[in-house]
Amino acid sequence: MFDLDRWNEIWHALAKNKVRSLLTAFGVFWGIFMLIVMAGASNGLKNGIVEGVAKFATNSCFMWSQQTGEPYKGFKRGRQWNMESDDITYILNNVPEVEYISPKNFGSRMNGGPNTIHGLKSGAYNVKGDYPEYIKIDPYTILQGRWINDMDIRDKRKVCVIGEKVFEQMFDAKENPLGDYLKISGVYYQVIGVIRPETNININGRAEESIFLPFTTMQQTYNMGNMVHFLAVTAKKGTPVSVVEEKVKSIIKLRHSIAPTDVQALMSINIEEQFKQISGLFIAIGLLTWIVGIGTLMAGVIGVSNIMLVIVKERTKEIGVQRALGASPRTIITQIMLESVALTTIAGYTGLSMGVGLLELVSKIIDSQPKTGNEVFFRNPEVSITVAVAALIILVLAGLFAGSIPAKRALMIKPIEALREE
Amino acid sequence: MISIQDLHKSYVTGNNSLHVLKGLNLEIKEGEFVSIMGSSGSGKSTLLNILGVLDDYDKGNYYLSGKRIWGLNETQAAITRNAMIGFIFQSFNLISFKNAMENVALPLYYQKVSRKKRNLIAMEYLDRLGLKDWAHHLPSELSGGQKQRVAIARALISNPKIILADEPTGALDSQTSLEVMDILKEVNDQGITVIIVTHEHDIAALTKKIIRLKDGVIGEIITNGDLQNYRNRLTQE
Ligand SMILES: Nc1ncnc2c1ncn2[C@@H]1O[C@H](COP(=O)(O)OP(=O)(O)OP(=O)(O)O)[C@@H](O)[C@H]1O
Ligand SMILES: [Mg+2]
Repeated sequence: MFDLDRWNEIWHALAKNKVRSLLTAFGVFWGIFMLIVMAGASNGLKNGIVEGVAKFATNSCFMWSQQTGEPYKGFKRGRQWNMESDDITYILNNVPEVEYISPKNFGSRMNGGPNTIHGLKSGAYNVKGDYPEYIKIDPYTILQGRWINDMDIRDKRKVCVIGEKVFEQMFDAKENPLGDYLKISGVYYQVIGVIRPETNININGRAEESIFLPFTTMQQTYNMGNMVHFLAVTAKKGTPVSVVEEKVKSIIKLRHSIAPTDVQALMSINIEEQFKQISGLFIAIGLLTWIVGIGTLMAGVIGVSNIMLVIVKERTKEIGVQRALGASPRTIITQIMLESVALTTIAGYTGLSMGVGLLELVSKIIDSQPKTGNEVFFRNPEVSITVAVAALIILVLAGLFAGSIPAKRALMIKPIEALREE
Repeated sequence: MISIQDLHKSYVTGNNSLHVLKGLNLEIKEGEFVSIMGSSGSGKSTLLNILGVLDDYDKGNYYLSGKRIWGLNETQAAITRNAMIGFIFQSFNLISFKNAMENVALPLYYQKVSRKKRNLIAMEYLDRLGLKDWAHHLPSELSGGQKQRVAIARALISNPKIILADEPTGALDSQTSLEVMDILKEVNDQGITVIIVTHEHDIAALTKKIIRLKDGVIGEIITNGDLQNYRNRLTQE
């Protein structure tokens, strides 16, 4: 097998029949190339999405109110209602499985036209009211200053945290925004921090284009009373989010006289469930990749086997001569098998390298793009070394398989029959 | 060297059976230079294939160097061929993508002689046959006579006891045929048994013994002394 001389012989046979060898090799090359590129692409998609949401607390759920869907306790169907600040305290005191709870309100939207003024500059941004806990659920990088704290909430301070884009557009790059004032919908707020989101998940507009007020400040300045628009809840370790979700929802429904069976009054999203679905999707994509890839590879291998058969036929005379000259059946078999293995392996290795090379290139291009905050849900398309090694082993086996049929056929050639003059 | 008694060989194709060799007896001693003649279809090639352990026979005995050739598997047959026999074919049967030297060296490859060494030996043989300058040419770049000389070199390189040649001059013009026969005579002079199949009388007359096949057995053996006689008879025929 590792007889240098034999490999020399094989190399000669392959190199002297270049076109034939190339044609044979192409199917396998293409199969493995596709497999690697597809596996890499699906990994890239996965990495991109995982990176986009990785830091987001997966043990979380969100809820918001809508019109009631069923009549209950004398109330008609279609009643407008809202969650209230008291609900938060009640839940914190009565649902021990809750880790964090963070209400969130929405003020003016950026598509409602310019709402923010700083000196001569004006812009349109999403204004949100938040609790200190919120960044434990959807983490932000603090670029300058700080995030909202308990004191801001308690004292309803007129302060704001601004997204990175807001800072870039409302201030000069060298300007220190901290301590400066922004006039938002007619009210002045002192800037206390600048943030950059760490995930691609957006609730009511992108965080980098948002202005965050203390929750209580927003309730007051926007005349929201103790209304709560939106609730983010995380579950303590060991408790499934769905359990917490159900508990919190039934408490809120009870407190607001909503039918326990009403499915539309209190909407919610369970991030844990969403994640499970996405993971399932990735498993499916991965499976598909392998099925299609191996299918393509198999087609390539069968192609090799077929062409080797043709080659054996073409070389009947050559094989006959070799046998007349004293080549043992073993020599002939190993020769054909090794030719086949060499072909598939070289072709496969080339496909593998080019596939990996292409992925590297794409990866480099993506990485070199400035992070614009645009959702690039594609990162690090890569294949693991295990996949590559497995592919190579499959190739060698495939080559052996592809060679075995023609080798058997070659053995059935009797030297005299091969040598008979036509 | 070769001893054959009551050799039978039939070819079966479908329902038809063609009895080609019908109880043939033959003795060939070491160092003989023999030609086998006979009409077309008389079984010359069949006999040669059996002698060369390329084909088996149905009945009888074939002893090669005192060893009975019977029921060998392909591997044993290959070893016997490689060690004992050198083949020369009418259509040369050189491997088209190997150059002259590589073609000559091939039998040594099956004996696991290193590339360097076998190419060196091949060059010696090519030199002896006056083909040194053509060593690196492909068969397609050689004339018929040159190709046959390469084939002879290839047959000789494994130091065989016997050279078997089926119509070695069949594809050559008369001048080249004589050259090839000269080479075979030299080979024979070194003690190697040479057996050729031919239907050209002039060629057969250059050997030391003519065996005529007829009706599946040996019809006539003409030995050295009778050759002149035989030649005269031919001219009358
Ligand atoms: N493999 C085979 N299958 C069936 N019949 C065969 C086979 N080989 C040879 N024959 C037949 O056996 C007979 C002898 O064939 P062989 O080749 O030995 O003749 P030959 O004397 O060499 O003839 P030529 O001078 O034409 O070469 C012929 O009738 C031929 O058709
Ligand atoms: Mg013949």
